Amino acid sequence: MKSGSNLERVLEEGYFAVTAELGPPKGGSAEFIRRKAEVLRNCCDAINVTDNQTAVVRMCSLAACGILKEIGLDPVMQMVCRDRNRIAMQSDILGAVALGVQNLLCLSGDHQKFGNHPTSKNVYDLDSMQLIRMVRDMRDQRTFLSGDKVTSEVPLFIGAAANPYADPFEFRVARLAMKVEAGADFIQTQGVFDVKKFAQWMQMVRDQGLDEKVYILAGLIPIKSIGMARYMQKYVSGLSVPDEIVKRMEQAKDAKEEGVKICVETIEQLRDIPGVRGVHIMAVAWEEIVPVIAEEAKLLPRPIV
Amino acid sequence: MIIAEQKPLDEIKSMIADYQKVLILGCGTCVTICFAGGEKEVGTLASALRMATKLDGQNKEFVEATVQRQCEYEFNEEVAELVQEADVVISLACGIGVQTMNEQFPGKLTLPGLNTTFLGQPVEQGVWDERCQACGDCVLYLTGGVCPISRCAKSLLHGPCGGSQNGKCEVDPETDCAWHLIYDRLKALGRLDLMTKLRPAKDWSKARHGGTRRIVREDLKLQEVAPRA
Ligand code: SF4
Repeated sequence: MKSGSNLERVLEEGYFAVTAELGPPKGGSAEFIRRKAEVLRNCCDAINVTDNQTAVVRMCSLAACGILKEIGLDPVMQMVCRDRNRIAMQSDILGAVALGVQNLLCLSGDHQKFGNHPTSKNVYDLDSMQLIRMVRDMRDQRTFLSGDKVTSEVPLFIGAAANPYADPFEFRVARLAMKVEAGADFIQTQGVFDVKKFAQWMQMVRDQGLDEKVYILAGLIPIKSIGMARYMQKYVSGLSVPDEIVKRMEQAKDAKEEGVKICVETIEQLRDIPGVRGVHIMAVAWEEIVPVIAEEAKLLPRPIV
Repeated sequence: MIIAEQKPLDEIKSMIADYQKVLILGCGTCVTICFAGGEKEVGTLASALRMATKLDGQNKEFVEATVQRQCEYEFNEEVAELVQEADVVISLACGIGVQTMNEQFPGKLTLPGLNTTFLGQPVEQGVWDERCQACGDCVLYLTGGVCPISRCAKSLLHGPCGGSQNGKCEVDPETDCAWHLIYDRLKALGRLDLMTKLRPAKDWSKARHGGTRRIVREDLKLQEVAPRA
Protein backbone atom coordinates (compact mmCIF):
# COMPACT_ATOMS: atom_id res chain seq x y z
CA MET A 1 0.00 0.00 0.00
CA LYS A 2 1.23 3.44 -0.89
CA SER A 3 -1.01 5.36 1.46
CA GLY A 4 -3.86 3.04 2.32
CA SER A 5 -6.43 5.61 1.24
CA ASN A 6 -9.96 4.42 0.68
CA LEU A 7 -9.45 4.87 -3.05
CA GLU A 8 -6.29 2.80 -3.07
CA ARG A 9 -7.93 0.02 -1.06
CA VAL A 10 -10.97 -0.09 -3.32
CA LEU A 11 -8.73 -0.38 -6.36
CA GLU A 12 -6.37 -2.84 -4.71
CA GLU A 13 -9.26 -5.13 -3.86
CA GLY A 14 -10.36 -5.12 -7.44
CA TYR A 15 -13.54 -3.09 -7.22
CA PHE A 16 -14.55 -0.80 -10.07
CA ALA A 17 -13.79 2.56 -8.46
CA VAL A 18 -15.84 5.72 -8.57
CA THR A 19 -14.44 9.16 -7.85
CA ALA A 20 -16.25 12.45 -8.17
CA GLU A 21 -15.17 16.03 -8.42
CA LEU A 22 -15.96 18.82 -6.02
CA GLY A 23 -15.25 22.43 -6.96
CA PRO A 24 -14.59 24.68 -3.94
CA PRO A 25 -16.53 27.94 -3.67
CA LYS A 26 -15.47 31.46 -4.57
CA GLY A 27 -15.64 32.16 -0.89
CA GLY A 28 -14.59 30.89 2.49
CA SER A 29 -17.59 28.79 3.46
CA ALA A 30 -16.72 25.44 5.03
CA GLU A 31 -20.44 24.73 5.08
CA PHE A 32 -20.48 24.83 1.27
CA ILE A 33 -17.84 22.10 1.15
CA ARG A 34 -19.67 19.98 3.70
CA ARG A 35 -22.97 20.34 1.87
CA LYS A 36 -21.49 19.28 -1.48
CA ALA A 37 -19.58 16.50 0.20
CA GLU A 38 -22.70 15.03 1.79
CA VAL A 39 -24.28 14.82 -1.65
CA LEU A 40 -21.31 12.75 -2.83
CA ARG A 41 -20.68 10.77 0.35
CA ASN A 42 -22.31 7.46 -0.50
CA CYS A 43 -21.86 7.39 -4.24
CA CYS A 44 -18.10 7.51 -4.65
CA ASP A 45 -14.89 6.18 -3.10
CA ALA A 46 -12.96 9.42 -3.10
CA ILE A 47 -13.62 13.07 -3.85
CA ASN A 48 -11.33 15.12 -6.05
CA VAL A 49 -10.99 18.70 -4.92
CA THR A 50 -9.98 20.96 -7.76
CA ASP A 51 -7.13 23.45 -7.46
CA ASN A 52 -8.42 26.76 -8.83
CA GLN A 53 -9.73 25.02 -11.92
CA THR A 54 -9.74 26.99 -15.16
CA ALA A 55 -7.54 29.45 -13.27
CA VAL A 56 -10.49 30.98 -11.43
CA VAL A 57 -9.70 31.81 -7.81
CA ARG A 58 -11.51 29.62 -5.31
CA MET A 59 -10.94 28.26 -1.84
CA CYS A 60 -7.68 26.31 -1.85
CA SER A 61 -7.79 22.60 -2.40
CA LEU A 62 -5.70 21.97 0.72
CA ALA A 63 -8.19 23.56 3.12
CA ALA A 64 -11.18 21.98 1.38
CA CYS A 65 -9.50 18.58 1.62
CA GLY A 66 -8.94 19.17 5.32
CA ILE A 67 -12.66 19.78 5.75
CA LEU A 68 -13.45 16.54 3.91
CA LYS A 69 -11.10 14.63 6.20
CA GLU A 70 -12.85 16.07 9.26
CA ILE A 71 -16.14 14.57 8.11
CA GLY A 72 -14.60 11.22 7.31
CA LEU A 73 -14.26 11.35 3.55
CA ASP A 74 -11.31 10.44 1.34
CA PRO A 75 -10.17 13.49 -0.64
CA VAL A 76 -7.97 13.52 -3.71
CA MET A 77 -6.14 16.79 -3.48
CA GLN A 78 -5.47 18.28 -6.88
CA MET A 79 -2.30 20.31 -7.25
CA VAL A 80 -1.37 22.31 -10.32
CA CYS A 81 2.05 23.60 -11.34
CA ARG A 82 0.73 26.96 -12.46
CA ASP A 83 0.63 28.78 -9.15
CA ARG A 84 3.36 27.39 -6.91
CA ASN A 85 7.06 26.85 -7.08
CA ARG A 86 8.77 23.76 -5.70
CA ILE A 87 9.08 25.33 -2.26
CA ALA A 88 5.37 26.05 -1.94
CA MET A 89 4.41 22.70 -3.44
CA GLN A 90 6.47 20.64 -1.04
CA SER A 91 5.28 22.72 1.86
CA ASP A 92 1.62 22.28 0.86
CA ILE A 93 2.19 18.55 0.42
CA LEU A 94 3.47 18.27 3.97
CA GLY A 95 0.50 20.30 5.16
CA ALA A 96 -1.84 17.96 3.31
CA VAL A 97 -0.20 14.94 4.91
CA ALA A 98 -0.58 16.56 8.33
CA LEU A 99 -4.31 16.95 7.67
CA GLY A 100 -4.56 13.30 6.73
CA VAL A 101 -4.86 13.70 2.96
CA GLN A 102 -3.81 10.45 1.29
CA ASN A 103 -4.30 11.04 -2.44
CA LEU A 104 -2.63 13.71 -4.54
CA LEU A 105 -3.40 14.38 -8.20
CA CYS A 106 -0.53 16.11 -9.99
CA LEU A 107 -1.49 18.40 -12.87
CA SER A 108 0.03 21.06 -15.10
CA GLY A 109 -3.02 23.27 -14.67
CA ASP A 110 -5.06 25.37 -17.04
CA HIS A 111 -3.25 28.46 -18.24
CA GLN A 112 -4.20 31.63 -16.37
CA LYS A 113 -5.40 33.12 -19.62
CA PHE A 114 -8.64 31.15 -19.19
CA GLY A 115 -9.36 32.39 -15.70
CA ASN A 116 -10.38 35.55 -13.92
CA HIS A 117 -6.83 36.84 -13.46
CA PRO A 118 -5.45 36.66 -16.99
CA THR A 119 -2.79 39.30 -16.27
CA SER A 120 -1.16 37.25 -13.52
CA LYS A 121 2.31 35.72 -13.69
CA ASN A 122 2.47 31.94 -13.90
CA VAL A 123 5.03 29.77 -12.19
CA TYR A 124 5.63 26.38 -13.86
CA ASP A 125 8.80 25.91 -11.85
CA LEU A 126 8.08 22.20 -12.30
CA ASP A 127 5.83 20.50 -14.81
CA SER A 128 3.39 17.74 -13.92
CA MET A 129 5.94 15.03 -14.71
CA GLN A 130 8.49 16.55 -12.35
CA LEU A 131 5.82 17.09 -9.68
CA ILE A 132 4.90 13.39 -9.80
CA ARG A 133 8.55 12.41 -9.43
CA MET A 134 9.06 14.86 -6.59
CA VAL A 135 6.11 13.45 -4.64
CA ARG A 136 7.27 9.91 -5.26
CA ASP A 137 10.71 10.75 -3.90
CA MET A 138 9.18 12.47 -0.88
CA ARG A 139 7.20 9.32 -0.22
CA ASP A 140 9.66 6.56 -1.15
CA GLN A 141 13.04 8.16 -0.43
CA ARG A 142 11.79 10.62 2.17
CA THR A 143 13.73 13.35 0.45
CA PHE A 144 12.85 16.79 -0.73
CA LEU A 145 13.78 17.79 -4.25
CA SER A 146 16.90 19.36 -2.78
CA GLY A 147 17.99 16.04 -1.32
CA ASP A 148 17.29 17.14 2.27
CA LYS A 149 15.51 14.63 4.45
CA VAL A 150 11.80 14.82 5.16
CA THR A 151 11.25 14.18 8.86
CA SER A 152 8.00 12.25 8.55
CA GLU A 153 6.38 9.74 6.30
CA VAL A 154 4.64 11.10 3.21
CA PRO A 155 2.05 8.43 2.53
CA LEU A 156 0.38 9.55 -0.67
CA PHE A 157 -1.35 7.65 -3.43
CA ILE A 158 -0.13 9.56 -6.47
CA GLY A 159 -2.43 10.43 -9.33
CA ALA A 160 -1.86 11.96 -12.72
CA ALA A 161 -3.97 12.98 -15.66
CA ALA A 162 -4.01 11.60 -19.18
CA ASN A 163 -5.83 12.92 -22.19
CA PRO A 164 -6.44 10.42 -25.00
CA TYR A 165 -7.92 13.21 -27.10
CA ALA A 166 -5.00 15.60 -27.16
CA ASP A 167 -2.47 15.59 -29.96
CA PRO A 168 -0.28 14.06 -31.17
CA PHE A 169 -2.44 10.99 -30.56
CA GLU A 170 0.41 8.53 -31.15
CA PHE A 171 2.43 10.17 -28.40
CA ARG A 172 -0.28 10.09 -25.74
CA VAL A 173 0.48 6.57 -24.57
CA ALA A 174 4.20 7.30 -24.47
CA ARG A 175 3.43 10.28 -22.26
CA LEU A 176 1.32 8.08 -20.00
CA ALA A 177 4.23 5.65 -19.77
CA MET A 178 6.44 8.52 -18.64
CA LYS A 179 3.97 9.47 -15.92
CA VAL A 180 3.99 5.88 -14.72
CA GLU A 181 7.77 5.87 -14.76
CA ALA A 182 7.78 9.16 -12.86
CA GLY A 183 5.69 7.54 -10.14
CA ALA A 184 1.96 7.77 -10.88
CA ASP A 185 -0.14 5.14 -9.11
CA PHE A 186 -3.46 6.06 -10.67
CA ILE A 187 -4.67 8.01 -13.68
CA GLN A 188 -7.80 10.05 -14.17
CA THR A 189 -8.46 10.76 -17.83
CA GLN A 190 -10.02 13.66 -19.63
CA GLY A 191 -13.80 13.38 -20.02
CA VAL A 192 -14.74 10.60 -22.43
CA PHE A 193 -17.45 11.19 -25.05
CA ASP A 194 -15.82 9.48 -27.99
CA VAL A 195 -15.66 5.95 -26.63
CA LYS A 196 -14.25 4.53 -29.85
CA LYS A 197 -11.17 6.66 -29.70
CA PHE A 198 -10.81 5.96 -26.00
CA ALA A 199 -10.96 2.22 -26.66
CA GLN A 200 -8.28 2.63 -29.30
CA TRP A 201 -6.10 4.45 -26.77
CA MET A 202 -6.74 1.75 -24.16
CA GLN A 203 -5.67 -0.86 -26.68
CA MET A 204 -2.34 0.93 -27.01
CA VAL A 205 -2.15 1.23 -23.22
CA ARG A 206 -2.63 -2.53 -22.88
CA ASP A 207 -0.18 -3.28 -25.67
CA GLN A 208 2.45 -1.61 -23.53
CA GLY A 209 1.27 -3.36 -20.39
CA LEU A 210 0.57 -0.04 -18.71
CA ASP A 211 -2.83 -1.13 -17.44
CA GLU A 212 -0.95 -3.56 -15.19
CA LYS A 213 1.21 -0.82 -13.74
CA VAL A 214 -1.30 1.93 -13.07
CA TYR A 215 -4.98 2.14 -12.20
CA ILE A 216 -6.84 3.92 -14.97
CA LEU A 217 -10.05 5.75 -14.14
CA ALA A 218 -11.94 7.06 -17.15
CA GLY A 219 -13.21 10.61 -16.86
CA LEU A 220 -16.84 11.59 -17.42
CA ILE A 221 -18.43 14.98 -17.77
CA PRO A 222 -22.22 14.87 -17.44
CA ILE A 223 -23.76 17.31 -19.91
CA LYS A 224 -26.33 19.61 -18.40
CA SER A 225 -27.57 21.50 -21.42
CA ILE A 226 -27.34 21.77 -25.17
CA GLY A 227 -25.34 24.98 -24.74
CA MET A 228 -22.77 23.13 -22.68
CA ALA A 229 -22.46 20.41 -25.31
CA ARG A 230 -21.91 22.96 -28.06
CA TYR A 231 -19.48 24.96 -25.97
CA MET A 232 -17.38 21.92 -25.10
CA GLN A 233 -17.35 20.77 -28.70
CA LYS A 234 -16.24 24.15 -29.98
CA TYR A 235 -14.13 25.82 -27.37
CA VAL A 236 -12.58 23.39 -24.91
CA SER A 237 -9.30 22.24 -26.35
CA GLY A 238 -8.35 18.73 -25.40
CA LEU A 239 -11.99 17.59 -25.42
CA SER A 240 -13.60 15.63 -28.20
CA VAL A 241 -17.39 15.76 -28.32
CA PRO A 242 -18.76 13.85 -31.32
CA ASP A 243 -21.54 15.45 -33.43
CA GLU A 244 -23.77 12.57 -32.49
CA ILE A 245 -23.72 13.60 -28.83
CA VAL A 246 -24.53 17.21 -29.68
CA LYS A 247 -27.36 16.00 -31.92
CA ARG A 248 -28.77 13.81 -29.15
CA MET A 249 -28.74 16.77 -26.80
CA GLU A 250 -30.44 18.96 -29.41
CA GLN A 251 -33.20 16.49 -30.04
CA ALA A 252 -33.83 15.61 -26.42
CA LYS A 253 -37.04 16.74 -24.73
CA ASP A 254 -35.29 16.98 -21.39
CA ALA A 255 -31.67 17.96 -21.84
CA LYS A 256 -30.58 17.07 -18.31
CA GLU A 257 -32.17 13.67 -18.54
CA GLU A 258 -30.47 13.04 -21.86
CA GLY A 259 -27.14 14.17 -20.39
CA VAL A 260 -27.52 11.62 -17.62
CA LYS A 261 -28.47 8.95 -20.13
CA ILE A 262 -25.41 9.64 -22.24
CA CYS A 263 -23.22 9.50 -19.16
CA VAL A 264 -24.70 6.22 -17.93
CA GLU A 265 -24.39 4.60 -21.37
CA THR A 266 -20.79 5.76 -21.58
CA ILE A 267 -20.03 4.22 -18.19
CA GLU A 268 -21.54 0.94 -19.32
CA GLN A 269 -19.36 0.94 -22.44
CA LEU A 270 -16.27 1.88 -20.45
CA ARG A 271 -16.78 -0.98 -18.00
CA ASP A 272 -16.42 -3.38 -20.88
CA ILE A 273 -13.02 -2.07 -21.90
CA PRO A 274 -10.28 -4.19 -20.33
CA GLY A 275 -7.92 -2.18 -18.17
CA VAL A 276 -10.43 0.47 -17.13
CA ARG A 277 -10.47 0.25 -13.34
CA GLY A 278 -13.02 2.88 -12.53
CA VAL A 279 -14.64 6.15 -13.45
CA HIS A 280 -14.09 9.73 -12.41
CA ILE A 281 -17.23 11.85 -12.64
CA MET A 282 -16.61 15.55 -13.11
CA ALA A 283 -19.89 17.30 -12.43
CA VAL A 284 -18.56 20.50 -10.97
CA ALA A 285 -21.46 22.76 -9.95
CA TRP A 286 -23.82 19.85 -10.64
CA GLU A 287 -22.68 17.50 -7.90
CA GLU A 288 -26.24 16.44 -7.07
CA ILE A 289 -26.42 14.50 -10.32
CA VAL A 290 -23.60 12.14 -9.32
CA PRO A 291 -25.74 9.90 -7.06
CA VAL A 292 -28.31 9.66 -9.84
CA ILE A 293 -25.70 8.63 -12.38
CA ALA A 294 -24.05 6.19 -9.97
CA GLU A 295 -27.43 4.63 -9.22
CA GLU A 296 -28.48 4.30 -12.86
CA ALA A 297 -25.08 2.96 -13.87
CA LYS A 298 -25.42 0.33 -11.12
CA LEU A 299 -22.35 1.53 -9.32
CA LEU A 300 -24.07 1.50 -5.92
CA PRO A 301 -23.64 0.69 -3.16
CA ARG A 302 -19.97 1.56 -2.87
CA PRO A 303 -17.83 -1.10 -1.26
CA ILE A 304 -16.70 -0.76 2.33
CA VAL A 305 -13.05 -1.75 2.48
CA MET B 1 17.44 39.69 -32.22
CA ILE B 2 15.61 41.91 -29.76
CA ILE B 3 12.07 42.64 -30.90
CA ALA B 4 10.27 45.73 -29.70
CA GLU B 5 7.27 47.83 -30.59
CA GLN B 6 6.50 51.48 -30.17
CA LYS B 7 4.51 52.61 -27.17
CA PRO B 8 1.13 54.23 -27.92
CA LEU B 9 1.52 57.88 -28.93
CA ASP B 10 -0.60 59.07 -26.02
CA GLU B 11 1.66 57.32 -23.54
CA ILE B 12 4.73 58.95 -25.08
CA LYS B 13 2.97 62.31 -25.10
CA SER B 14 2.15 62.07 -21.42
CA MET B 15 5.74 61.08 -20.59
CA ILE B 16 7.08 64.27 -22.16
CA ALA B 17 4.33 66.56 -20.90
CA ASP B 18 6.70 68.50 -18.66
CA TYR B 19 9.50 68.94 -21.17
CA GLN B 20 10.06 71.44 -23.93
CA LYS B 21 12.95 70.24 -26.06
CA VAL B 22 12.90 66.53 -26.76
CA LEU B 23 15.62 64.45 -28.39
CA ILE B 24 14.25 61.35 -30.09
CA LEU B 25 17.10 58.91 -30.28
CA GLY B 26 16.94 55.79 -32.44
CA CYS B 27 19.20 52.76 -32.57
CA GLY B 28 20.65 51.24 -35.70
CA THR B 29 20.73 47.61 -34.59
CA CYS B 30 17.88 45.21 -33.65
CA VAL B 31 15.10 47.77 -33.47
CA THR B 32 15.99 49.12 -36.90
CA ILE B 33 15.66 45.66 -38.36
CA CYS B 34 12.30 45.07 -36.68
CA PHE B 35 11.05 48.50 -37.79
CA ALA B 36 10.48 49.81 -34.29
CA GLY B 37 13.22 52.32 -33.53
CA GLY B 38 15.52 53.03 -36.46
CA GLU B 39 16.12 56.29 -38.26
CA LYS B 40 12.86 56.00 -40.17
CA GLU B 41 10.76 55.40 -37.08
CA VAL B 42 12.50 58.29 -35.32
CA GLY B 43 11.36 60.53 -38.17
CA THR B 44 7.82 59.22 -38.12
CA LEU B 45 7.48 59.56 -34.37
CA ALA B 46 8.94 63.08 -34.43
CA SER B 47 6.39 64.21 -37.05
CA ALA B 48 3.55 62.59 -35.19
CA LEU B 49 4.57 64.25 -31.93
CA ARG B 50 5.06 67.63 -33.61
CA MET B 51 1.58 67.43 -35.03
CA ALA B 52 -0.07 66.10 -31.91
CA THR B 53 1.54 68.58 -29.55
CA LYS B 54 0.79 71.48 -31.90
CA LEU B 55 -2.87 70.43 -31.97
CA ASP B 56 -2.76 70.54 -28.18
CA GLY B 57 -1.55 74.10 -28.44
CA GLN B 58 1.96 73.29 -27.20
CA ASN B 59 5.14 74.56 -28.72
CA LYS B 60 7.60 71.72 -28.22
CA GLU B 61 10.78 71.12 -30.17
CA PHE B 62 11.74 67.67 -31.39
CA VAL B 63 15.28 66.82 -32.43
CA GLU B 64 16.00 63.58 -34.30
CA ALA B 65 19.10 61.40 -34.17
CA THR B 66 20.03 57.74 -34.46
CA VAL B 67 23.15 55.99 -33.22
CA GLN B 68 24.48 52.71 -34.47
CA ARG B 69 24.22 50.82 -31.15
CA GLN B 70 22.65 52.50 -28.16
CA CYS B 71 23.76 49.77 -25.76
CA GLU B 72 27.40 50.87 -25.99
CA TYR B 73 28.86 54.08 -24.62
CA GLU B 74 31.17 54.79 -27.54
CA PHE B 75 28.33 55.07 -30.04
CA ASN B 76 26.29 57.34 -27.79
CA GLU B 77 29.29 59.67 -27.34
CA GLU B 78 28.54 60.90 -30.86
CA VAL B 79 25.28 62.48 -29.71
CA ALA B 80 26.54 63.80 -26.36
CA GLU B 81 26.03 67.39 -27.43
CA LEU B 82 22.44 66.81 -28.58
CA VAL B 83 21.73 65.09 -25.29
CA GLN B 84 23.09 68.06 -23.32
CA GLU B 85 20.95 70.49 -25.30
CA ALA B 86 17.74 68.54 -24.86
CA ASP B 87 15.43 68.69 -21.83
CA VAL B 88 14.67 65.02 -22.10
CA VAL B 89 15.49 62.07 -24.37
CA ILE B 90 12.99 59.60 -25.80
CA SER B 91 14.93 56.48 -26.69
CA LEU B 92 13.68 54.28 -29.47
CA ALA B 93 16.16 51.57 -28.53
CA CYS B 94 15.38 48.49 -26.48
CA GLY B 95 15.40 48.71 -22.70
CA ILE B 96 19.14 48.11 -22.73
CA GLY B 97 19.70 51.23 -24.79
CA VAL B 98 17.43 53.25 -22.51
CA GLN B 99 19.43 52.16 -19.46
CA THR B 100 22.78 52.74 -21.13
CA MET B 101 21.73 56.29 -21.89
CA ASN B 102 20.56 56.90 -18.32
CA GLU B 103 23.86 55.58 -16.95
CA GLN B 104 25.99 57.40 -19.44
CA PHE B 105 24.20 60.74 -19.10
CA PRO B 106 23.09 60.77 -15.45
CA GLY B 107 22.13 64.43 -15.61
CA LYS B 108 19.52 63.77 -18.26
CA LEU B 109 16.44 61.58 -18.14
CA THR B 110 16.07 59.13 -21.01
CA LEU B 111 12.55 57.72 -21.39
CA PRO B 112 11.48 54.56 -23.20
CA GLY B 113 9.62 55.10 -26.46
CA LEU B 114 9.36 51.37 -27.09
CA ASN B 115 8.14 48.33 -25.24
CA THR B 116 10.93 45.78 -25.48
CA THR B 117 9.02 42.63 -26.13
CA PHE B 118 11.06 39.51 -26.77
CA LEU B 119 14.01 37.77 -28.38
CA GLY B 120 12.79 36.52 -31.67
CA GLN B 121 12.81 36.19 -35.37
CA PRO B 122 10.92 37.62 -38.33
CA VAL B 123 8.76 34.78 -39.63
CA GLU B 124 7.15 36.65 -42.48
CA GLN B 125 6.97 40.26 -43.64
CA GLY B 126 5.63 42.20 -40.68
CA VAL B 127 5.43 39.23 -38.29
CA TRP B 128 7.87 38.38 -35.50
CA ASP B 129 7.78 35.39 -33.18
CA GLU B 130 9.47 34.78 -29.86
CA ARG B 131 12.26 32.21 -29.94
CA CYS B 132 14.36 32.48 -26.79
CA GLN B 133 13.95 33.47 -23.16
CA ALA B 134 17.64 33.63 -22.30
CA CYS B 135 17.06 31.05 -19.54
CA GLY B 136 20.79 30.55 -19.16
CA ASP B 137 20.72 26.77 -19.63
CA CYS B 138 19.89 25.96 -23.22
CA VAL B 139 17.77 22.85 -23.80
CA LEU B 140 17.61 23.01 -27.59
CA TYR B 141 19.80 19.90 -27.86
CA LEU B 142 16.99 17.90 -26.24
CA THR B 143 14.15 19.34 -28.21
CA GLY B 144 15.12 19.17 -31.85
CA GLY B 145 16.04 22.83 -31.90
CA VAL B 146 12.61 24.13 -30.83
CA CYS B 147 12.57 26.09 -27.56
CA PRO B 148 9.85 24.99 -25.13
CA ILE B 149 10.86 27.57 -22.54
CA SER B 150 9.89 30.50 -24.74
CA ARG B 151 7.41 28.82 -27.07
CA CYS B 152 5.34 26.63 -24.76
CA ALA B 153 2.88 28.78 -22.79
CA LYS B 154 3.72 26.75 -19.68
CA SER B 155 7.44 26.31 -20.37
CA LEU B 156 6.98 22.57 -19.93
CA LEU B 157 9.92 20.22 -20.13
CA HIS B 158 7.68 17.23 -20.78
CA GLY B 159 5.06 18.15 -23.30
CA PRO B 160 2.71 18.40 -24.98
CA CYS B 161 0.12 19.04 -22.29
CA GLY B 162 -3.45 17.82 -22.56
CA GLY B 163 -4.54 21.01 -24.27
CA SER B 164 -2.52 20.51 -27.44
CA GLN B 165 -4.87 20.11 -30.37
CA ASN B 166 -4.33 19.97 -34.11
CA GLY B 167 -0.81 21.24 -33.59
CA LYS B 168 -2.00 24.38 -31.86
CA CYS B 169 -1.57 25.60 -28.30
CA GLU B 170 -4.55 25.61 -25.94
CA VAL B 171 -3.76 29.17 -25.02
CA ASP B 172 -4.10 30.53 -28.53
CA PRO B 173 -5.38 28.69 -31.60
CA GLU B 174 -3.14 30.91 -33.76
CA THR B 175 0.03 29.70 -32.03
CA ASP B 176 1.77 26.44 -32.77
CA CYS B 177 2.11 24.08 -29.83
CA ALA B 178 5.86 24.06 -29.25
CA TRP B 179 5.78 20.46 -28.09
CA HIS B 180 3.92 19.36 -31.18
CA LEU B 181 6.65 20.99 -33.24
CA ILE B 182 9.25 19.21 -31.14
CA TYR B 183 7.45 15.91 -31.63
CA ASP B 184 7.26 16.30 -35.41
CA ARG B 185 10.88 17.30 -35.64
CA LEU B 186 12.25 14.52 -33.41
CA LYS B 187 10.08 12.00 -35.17
CA ALA B 188 11.45 13.09 -38.55
CA LEU B 189 14.97 12.84 -37.15
CA GLY B 190 14.29 9.41 -35.64
CA ARG B 191 15.06 10.78 -32.18
CA LEU B 192 11.76 10.42 -30.31
CA ASP B 193 13.81 8.73 -27.58
CA LEU B 194 14.82 12.24 -26.50
CA MET B 195 11.22 13.05 -25.78
CA THR B 196 10.44 10.07 -23.58
CA LYS B 197 13.21 10.62 -21.05
CA LEU B 198 12.39 12.16 -17.71
CA ARG B 199 14.16 15.45 -17.18
CA PRO B 200 15.12 16.73 -13.75
CA ALA B 201 13.66 19.97 -12.45
CA LYS B 202 15.20 22.87 -14.33
CA ASP B 203 17.82 25.04 -12.69
CA TRP B 204 16.01 28.35 -12.88
CA SER B 205 18.76 30.08 -10.93
CA LYS B 206 20.55 30.42 -14.24
CA ALA B 207 17.57 32.33 -15.56
CA ARG B 208 16.34 35.64 -14.16
CA HIS B 209 15.17 33.90 -10.96
CA GLY B 210 18.71 33.78 -9.60
CA GLY B 211 18.87 37.57 -9.62
CA THR B 212 20.40 39.85 -12.23
CA ARG B 213 22.90 37.97 -14.30
CA ARG B 214 26.43 38.92 -15.21
CA ILE B 215 29.07 37.21 -17.30
CA VAL B 216 32.73 37.82 -16.52
CA ARG B 217 35.33 36.66 -19.01
CA GLU B 218 38.72 36.80 -17.35
CA ASP B 219 40.42 36.19 -20.69
CA LEU B 220 38.88 39.33 -22.13
CA LYS B 221 39.14 41.66 -19.15
CA LEU B 222 41.50 44.59 -19.40
CA GLN B 223 41.29 45.63 -15.77
CA GLU B 224 39.34 45.01 -12.62
CA VAL B 225 35.62 44.87 -13.33
CA ALA B 226 33.64 47.66 -11.78
CA PRO B 227 31.23 46.61 -9.03
CA ARG B 228 27.63 46.23 -10.06
CA ALA B 229 25.61 49.38 -10.27
S1 SF4 C 1 -0.56 23.22 -25.89
FE1 SF4 C 1 1.63 22.91 -26.29
S2 SF4 C 1 2.56 24.95 -26.24
FE2 SF4 C 1 0.52 25.14 -25.35
S3 SF4 C 1 0.85 24.93 -23.14
FE3 SF4 C 1 0.39 22.86 -23.90
S4 SF4 C 1 2.37 21.94 -24.40
FE4 SF4 C 1 2.71 24.15 -24.15
